[in-house]
Amino acid sequence: MMDLGELYKEVIVDHSQHPRNFGRLEKPTHKAEGFNPICGDKITLYLHVDDNDVISEIVFEGRGCAISMASASLLTEALKGKTIEEANTLFHGFHALVTNAPTQATQNKLEKLRVFAGVKAFPSRVKCATLAWHTLQTALTRGDQRATTE
Amino acid sequence: MSRLPSSVSTTNSLDGIMAKVRHDFPALQQSVHGKPLVYLDNAASTQKPQSVIDTISHYYAFDYANVHRGIHYLSERATRAYEDAREKVRNFIGASTSREVIFVRGTTEAINLVAQSYGRMHLTEGDEIVITEMEHHSNIVPWQLLCEQIKATLKVIPVNDTGELILEAYERLLGPRTRLVALTHVSNALGTINPVKQIIAMAHAHDARVLLDGAQAAAHIPIDVQDLNCDFYAFSGHKLYGPTGIGALYGKAELLEAMPPYQGGGEMIREVTFEKTTYADIPQKFEAGTPHIVGAIGLGTAVDYLSSIGLMNIGQHEQELLSYATETIGDLPGLRIIGTSPHKTGILSFDLRGIHPHDISTVLDHEGVAVRAGHHCAMPLMGRFGVSATTRASLSVYNNRSDIDTLKGALDKARAFFSL
Repeated sequence: MMDLGELYKEVIVDHSQHPRNFGRLEKPTHKAEGFNPICGDKITLYLHVDDNDVISEIVFEGRGCAISMASASLLTEALKGKTIEEANTLFHGFHALVTNAPTQATQNKLEKLRVFAGVKAFPSRVKCATLAWHTLQTALTRGDQRATTE
Repeated sequence: MSRLPSSVSTTNSLDGIMAKVRHDFPALQQSVHGKPLVYLDNAASTQKPQSVIDTISHYYAFDYANVHRGIHYLSERATRAYEDAREKVRNFIGASTSREVIFVRGTTEAINLVAQSYGRMHLTEGDEIVITEMEHHSNIVPWQLLCEQIKATLKVIPVNDTGELILEAYERLLGPRTRLVALTHVSNALGTINPVKQIIAMAHAHDARVLLDGAQAAAHIPIDVQDLNCDFYAFSGHKLYGPTGIGALYGKAELLEAMPPYQGGGEMIREVTFEKTTYADIPQKFEAGTPHIVGAIGLGTAVDYLSSIGLMNIGQHEQELLSYATETIGDLPGLRIIGTSPHKTGILSFDLRGIHPHDISTVLDHEGVAVRAGHHCAMPLMGRFGVSATTRASLSVYNNRSDIDTLKGALDKARAFFSL
């Protein structure tokens, strides 16, 4: 049996109760809402991506379970200062982390996000962990579309 | 219905009956995550007694054939079993004739049938359908679809802070364009038992028809459709210890006879030519295609099972357990019970400050306790109470005080885990 402590690691409980980068941006370059219709969890991600494709600012607001809130909070920490390409790599790495066995190289890249490795043993909670990441994908995809029109 | 000997204290003999009931359910004899299963997700679906499981396997093993067609022994036997099941359901809900009992996939299909068949025939642009703020999505969306199709309007009876319908507001919603009132008999998210007899009478005074969603009622309180005088009553088999994929729609015969078919196909016709098709009489008119024969027969066994214990006994047992549960967890710090009407079935929906229902559910699951976390397919109602989700423990005939004690212990663990 998977220990609950493997799912709710201290870092996760801390971030869920004290989310970092919680708030909104007035003029984001990218924004998306994420919604899990099964449980009603809802988050909004706001990003500011500069001309070099670097995420210079990223915040979120919303409400949901400890896993989804901590995941959003840690996502914002991990992505600040990263390029869009690096963000995409992290998205795929995170997805691998919570659904199957990621390679050692992927795990290394994920750094602090590895605290979510325990989610894999709780299939009903995978969507909670990935909500913020799917929201990020939506925000960045829209941004890409807009970028092509420039 | 079983009668209790009057010389024995009711509570003790009831406890005796209920202690035996638990052994009828093989699924309850297992452990999850190394802990004995405490199943408190009965409003979502109930476990099945051995008699229902045996009926299903026996039918497939020995009695299987299609119904209403074959001129051979097995088909005749299957047809008899299927129609016997209809008669059992008729008796269970107090309908006057089994022609008024239509087998459907479940409550959802029953409501869609009424919306599309009765609704499209009798309602027109500008007509009004009244529902309530506490409806399950399955009693909202079919009416929204109908409203879009015919340009009718949906009106909503609000709910007060205890989770009861505000009847004064309902009275004001009723008017010359009200054609249909569709509401739940018992709220799946709050447990509130609505005063449906009064609500039906008020609707009838305005010449409106009433559909009751009985999904959360049929396993917990006695149903008498004639006494209620409802026009339609819908319920599902799987919430009353029967199989999934089967349920029943009751409708008054004169209404069903006047309604057009919901689906076309075999079984529901009298004569087919390319120029004109005539339909079978009710209930076959509404049962196109090969029905869920074994489901219906299994539902019949589930109804037998409920009747052998007695709905009055079940109701009393669940009420006692609800009181115990409300006392036991009600005073946990930060816990708010949502749905506090004195007229409730055994549903305990709550918000625990500082812990999201999903996290509570995960911790409880690790203690062997199965509950539901989420919006319970009642998102408008969640909004009414200012939450996006609740944790819901829902009781049934086989639960006992020890289950509640385990729930309490597990909630204590959840609070400790999140340092509350």
